Amino acid sequence: MTRYSLTHVGTAAPGRRAERSSVAALAVAVLATLLTISCSRKTESPSLLKPTAFGAAIVESSGGKQTAQTGSLLPQPVVVQVNDEQGTAVAGALVEFAAAPGVAFEPPNALTDSSGQVTTNVSLGGMAGRYQLTASTLDKSHKKVELKIEEIALGYQQTLGRHLNDQYCERCHNPESTVERVSNYDNLDVKPHPFAEGDVLNKISDADLTAIISHGGPALNKSALMPAWGNTLSKSDIQALISYIRAISDPPSRSAGPVYAKN
Amino acid sequence: MKEKLTSLWQRLFGDSVRAFGVVSLIFLASLAIAPAKNFFSEWRYYQHGYLRMVRNRSDANTLQRHFQGGIQQIWLPDLAVVDRCTSCHVGLKEASLVDVPTQPFRAHPVIPHKIDQFGCTACHRGQGAATTVSEAHNSTLAWEQPILPAKYIESSCGQCHRGPLPGTPQLNQGRNLLSREGCVHCHTVKLPDGTTMKATDDPPSLSHIADKTTREWIYAWLKDPQSYASTSTMPNFKLSDDNARDMSAFLVANSTPLAGDTAALSAKASSDPAAGASLYGESFCASCHAVQNAAGNMVGGDVGPELTRVGSKVKPEWLQAWLRNPRIYDPATGMPHYRFNDPQVATLSGFLLAKADSDLLANVHLEAATPDQVKHGKQLVSDYGCASCHEIAGIKKPENFAPELSRIGSKPVTQLIFLPGMPHTLPDYIASKIKQPRAFSPGLKMPQYTLTPAQIDSLTTALLALNDRSNTLPPSLAVAAAPESDYQPAGKAGKLMTDLACFSCHRINGHGGDMAPDLTWEGSSVQREWLVQFFKNPGTLRPSLIRRMPRFNLTDGEVNELTDYIMTVYQSPAVDRDSMSLSGYSQGQVELGKQLFYGKYSCQGCHIVDTKTDKGYIGPTLTHVGSRLTAAWVYQWMKNPQSLRPGTAEPNRGMSDEDARALTAFLISQKGGAAKEVAKK
Repeated sequence: MTRYSLTHVGTAAPGRRAERSSVAALAVAVLATLLTISCSRKTESPSLLKPTAFGAAIVESSGGKQTAQTGSLLPQPVVVQVNDEQGTAVAGALVEFAAAPGVAFEPPNALTDSSGQVTTNVSLGGMAGRYQLTASTLDKSHKKVELKIEEIALGYQQTLGRHLNDQYCERCHNPESTVERVSNYDNLDVKPHPFAEGDVLNKISDADLTAIISHGGPALNKSALMPAWGNTLSKSDIQALISYIRAISDPPSRSAGPVYAKN
Repeated sequence: MKEKLTSLWQRLFGDSVRAFGVVSLIFLASLAIAPAKNFFSEWRYYQHGYLRMVRNRSDANTLQRHFQGGIQQIWLPDLAVVDRCTSCHVGLKEASLVDVPTQPFRAHPVIPHKIDQFGCTACHRGQGAATTVSEAHNSTLAWEQPILPAKYIESSCGQCHRGPLPGTPQLNQGRNLLSREGCVHCHTVKLPDGTTMKATDDPPSLSHIADKTTREWIYAWLKDPQSYASTSTMPNFKLSDDNARDMSAFLVANSTPLAGDTAALSAKASSDPAAGASLYGESFCASCHAVQNAAGNMVGGDVGPELTRVGSKVKPEWLQAWLRNPRIYDPATGMPHYRFNDPQVATLSGFLLAKADSDLLANVHLEAATPDQVKHGKQLVSDYGCASCHEIAGIKKPENFAPELSRIGSKPVTQLIFLPGMPHTLPDYIASKIKQPRAFSPGLKMPQYTLTPAQIDSLTTALLALNDRSNTLPPSLAVAAAPESDYQPAGKAGKLMTDLACFSCHRINGHGGDMAPDLTWEGSSVQREWLVQFFKNPGTLRPSLIRRMPRFNLTDGEVNELTDYIMTVYQSPAVDRDSMSLSGYSQGQVELGKQLFYGKYSCQGCHIVDTKTDKGYIGPTLTHVGSRLTAAWVYQWMKNPQSLRPGTAEPNRGMSDEDARALTAFLISQKGGAAKEVAKK
């Protein structure tokens, strides 16, 4: 929260006691105290955990590149591992997580377990976009070793798009099968593009994507195996789908919104 | 020191003119405080910041033209909204500002509502009338409603939208959990439309429990339900050993035998694991029941109870009677009456009884119960409100057992007792209370539930939607949920359908499950002969599905009864069965249909007509359409599938009448082995 400092001059101006110290000096004093308070609030309270070991590298075990709704928990926890120079797991090393304001970690820091891993549950911030999480540990010379993990937060429109994707698109466009949903990808002679395939999809404009979804593959000289959805989905449905496709694209699409890289 | 002060006094107030001048100056200066405060106000600072930011953008002219200075206000008397948020959040309505990294200048994400029609605080909470950041966002002594964390924002959709929405999965899940986890057995939730939320779980009656299981199992279950079945929704009451002993004593002593539910073993439970496994598979038990496999994963559905350790729970004679006809023990069960014959009952019961866990009851040693223990057990059963969920002979369902939650989302923070160290906000209170109820006081009755963090967030979201605003909303703004249907088919066929628990999987006229196809218009869709054959020997229509229709060993009379009812009652007004014939299509039409099928519409992506070349298996296999479906249904399906089955994944292709007719001709010519004969004609 940004405090606008001049307001405090306004309230401090009619100094109560003019004895020795001038009004200005009083205001400066008030400002100085406020500044120290706000600064001391910003610095994070030092972790109470004392590391018993130090690693050389920190790697991701699982939990990267997930999608969740804005503000909510990632479906799977993020797991990172601390290794030494030989690549063996280190137990007892301190791992700290950090990200843009609004991102919450449960726990925000922890010591690695016997298999050298730390597991944390992550809630993303309130704004849709990509979030960069930083997991850091100290090496033997007490230098910070960092790992960056990217996660995706979906806003309302993208959440709606994801719902439509699950209902209509995913069974062909997602090559992965689950117990509940067998993928049809392998049965198709012309392979559909998985929606995260940014290399291809980022080059197709929103207007072209809308045309393919509404009128089917032949609208852009592509396979007729992609049916026309224009009579089934509304225009806002199709927009929602495209915003979802843009949001999960890898590499990121430029129109997906900003990348929250700053801590 | 004193001299200095005196001289200062003299200099300022020495004579009346001088004093008058100084006092006037002070007065003037104090008059300037108010305008100065206004001039240096936060909203002005942000508006200047906005204009500075906009200046360097390529769309600066447009943004500057749209900008309006001064305090902005959205006033909506219907919603009790007076929102000045847009004084600082200047760019909310500018779509191009979606690339601004943070608020207050970022564009509002796309939602179906206009900001001018709903304001900000109707969804985000906070104090709309405030003009400083902290007063608007945080709670103060005078205003206690802070900004709602983004995590729970879907609760605000639920204030007006009383049914599920495609864009609010968390709210939908939370509402489901409220009924499914049985929260509403104890907590009354009166919905704003006047109805009371009903539980959708079906906790078993305990009046005849001694027929079904042993006192030792009841004891172990009461101590820790999840050690028997990790997916169980029964909460843990954290009972002491003595209390669990006394409650199990009472439940067994209170149980009365029920005629027929433990008929003498007609066949010994057979121990043929291979035959048992195949019967379990053939009967599609796994569509509803889950079993934990060696790798620790749950395999199967969550409609019925988990069966991983069922052999340690049930008595063999009860299990056999249950498999023979579950409706004797529980007339309302969702389990179908399979009509198994005696050897089948023996095989299946043997297979299930082998699913035992010797560790579960290894340490449970109970001595015969004393009358005092039984009496104490009865007291405990009433105190813990067991009868809120379970039917127990001799104990009435308590009323208002737990606090009503109809307006929990507006509960003033001043009325809550927080744990030390936790944030003083309502969402945090609700979430912590669900997570660990007894943390607030060990004497509380609310038990410990096994919920994931995401489920707790969902429940909190659903509870926050039950607030003052949702209850005082003008009726014109409320969006009602689809009315719940309690449709029941009539007569003999209706009884048969209840006996077979058709509604556990199928939905008809808005009532029933969603595991299997909706049968509301089934009579218009299929041919009678096919339906008769399907009941006798259900085949595979959708190769990619794991859950399929089981065989119920029906008699010819029962099959006819069901078929007649379905064919006459479940007719769609949009399909006239007799308007199109099953034969008589020209070779040219069939050929054209084939070209359309494989070319223009490329149906083979999802459907199989020729098993040698086609591979798609999203939709049903179409090799036997001519002997399964009616021509009029196929035609109408081509024209508008959603009109027949809302939500179906089959796209509406906007087909011309000619295309639809040709495709119908082609599909109707598919009669399995008989297809060639039709082509000859």
